[in-house]
Amino acid sequence: MAELDTRPFPPGDYPAVVVGSGPGGLQMSYCLARLGVRHAMLSADPAPGGMFRRLPLFERLITWSKPHAPAERGTRPYEWYDWNSLLADDPAHRALVPEFMDGTSYFPSRAEMERGLAAFAERTGIQVRYGCRWEGTRRKSDGFVLLTSDGEYRCRVAVFAVGAAQPWKPPIPGIESVPHYVEAKPVRAYAGKRVFIIGKRNSGFEIADALLPWARQIILASPRPVLHSLLSRSTSGVRARYLQPYEDHVLAGGILVLDAAIGRIERTPDGYRVFAEGTTITRALTLSADEVIAATGFATPLLDLPALGVATVNEGRIPALTPFWESISGPGIYFAGSASQGASGLRKHGIGSNSGGVAGFRHNARVLAAHLAETCFGVRIDRPVLRPDQVVPYLLAEATRAPELWNQQSYLARVVSFNRERGIVDEGILPLAHFVDAAGPDAVGMVVETDREGNHYPVAYVRRSGRVGEHALESDLMLDFETTPHRAQLRALLEGLM
Amino acid sequence: MADAESVTNILAGLALFADLSRPQLEAVAHTFDEQWFAQGQRILRQGLTGSGLFVVLDGEAAVTIDGQTRAVLSRGDFFGEISVLLGEPPAADIVALRPLRCLVLSGADVEAFLISHPRVMYRMLQAEARRLRSANLWRS
Repeated sequence: MAELDTRPFPPGDYPAVVVGSGPGGLQMSYCLARLGVRHAMLSADPAPGGMFRRLPLFERLITWSKPHAPAERGTRPYEWYDWNSLLADDPAHRALVPEFMDGTSYFPSRAEMERGLAAFAERTGIQVRYGCRWEGTRRKSDGFVLLTSDGEYRCRVAVFAVGAAQPWKPPIPGIESVPHYVEAKPVRAYAGKRVFIIGKRNSGFEIADALLPWARQIILASPRPVLHSLLSRSTSGVRARYLQPYEDHVLAGGILVLDAAIGRIERTPDGYRVFAEGTTITRALTLSADEVIAATGFATPLLDLPALGVATVNEGRIPALTPFWESISGPGIYFAGSASQGASGLRKHGIGSNSGGVAGFRHNARVLAAHLAETCFGVRIDRPVLRPDQVVPYLLAEATRAPELWNQQSYLARVVSFNRERGIVDEGILPLAHFVDAAGPDAVGMVVETDREGNHYPVAYVRRSGRVGEHALESDLMLDFETTPHRAQLRALLEGLM
Repeated sequence: MADAESVTNILAGLALFADLSRPQLEAVAHTFDEQWFAQGQRILRQGLTGSGLFVVLDGEAAVTIDGQTRAVLSRGDFFGEISVLLGEPPAADIVALRPLRCLVLSGADVEAFLISHPRVMYRMLQAEARRLRSANLWRS
């Protein structure tokens, strides 16, 4: 006799369906549940963790979780010092990743991260139907049908938190014979070899760093020059901990970092031959290598969503999203997790959001859950009313300590509105791109921004009679925006609104 | 939407990048960020700082000043450069008239890009000259 299937969420009708049990899906499900939105949570995996069940390849993250930090562990300000733990209302469920860290690094290991995520799922009681693979999607008049390995799920709203960890290679002739980053061999297999790495972002430098004690020569190549996080003032560049191979290149120690477009790759009896053209210096290059690795990035597994109209960027890898993480061309199709980077925000001074990582997208998920609860499911969210004398100190405290504003600079804003009937209302955290474009009552959206000189400072976007003005407050060496001059400056900006 | 034309292929057909080799076009495609905007979404906002240089790959956008449409932009057109070159907030809104696909380069990176790609700078200057001529014809 067949065993009784005790898994939750059998196929059927649900108001919403969340797909994926990585950090994005877990955060989304947690937040929807807290708001009372009934939903099915489906995952092809056997356990929580998503990509952290197998990546990063060399078992160490690039995002900090500081066991000891200026803010007390488990408090909201501490979230800025702990980029890897998911968000929870109950303090007992916060800051779970540092709990599993052994003190050897403030970057958690892959296993520590996976344990932290599993603990979050277990302690918060998130229900997941594991082993249920999303295989296709149909639109119906009032929502969607998700076709899965277990049957059909009908829902009004679908939230895809399927990660952006599907190996991706550019269409270079011959690249099919080249292993992707995820298929790289154990480092000892590269001992004494000439290794050619396609790609100069974090994954390329991660491999180069790991091969430093093993490879005879390492060449990294891609069309654009290396973007360093120290120079871009953001996490979008190559992170400082992978600078060693670059320093080796600068000192001419056996590593070459080339700006070149790869034309084609050929197999030879003893390895590979790579044909490339320099981009910053025009020159044809023919390079021999014993091993080639494609550190060319990842994609969101969108399955048939493009056929439903979901537009993408980066050669089909990331869905293009509205400020509330809905497909710009597929209404009702939402994304959480890494794919939420498809809502690019204002990118002030060229600095993008942190939505590609847990640090940023955990906040997005909370904002999206509240947005869906209110706009799709009629949930009423009570918003605190502020006294006039509370507004300035509150906004400056947020600019100084709110993890949402620091993790998602010029992307998420603390919004306070000024209404004749409702009074002064804390509208919560909202996407800045939504705030500056939406109609609404007089209001202020407070964010933190960083300019290209590296100055961090608060910016108040003030909406008066439908027009939004931008007002940068002073930067501060100690990152303290709660000073007397800051209070005076903000009070003057809000003159007449309170 | 499913089979969006590759960025490098589109760039190869644009006047702004007409003098670049294929490898250089690939480098441009990797240097700029690609963005899609929904119909009605603002891309540049009158009076707000910190934007960049945009090149239209697909779709159409309106140039509006104080709510009035002054021009319509389509594939190959670029915008945001005046604001970047002068270091001032944009003097107009740019609003997507239908889904709009763009490449964008942050304002802070534009100077270095133009100096390292003088042929692109020359093509941009030609485009600005044409705009100036049109504006003068319109006035006379």
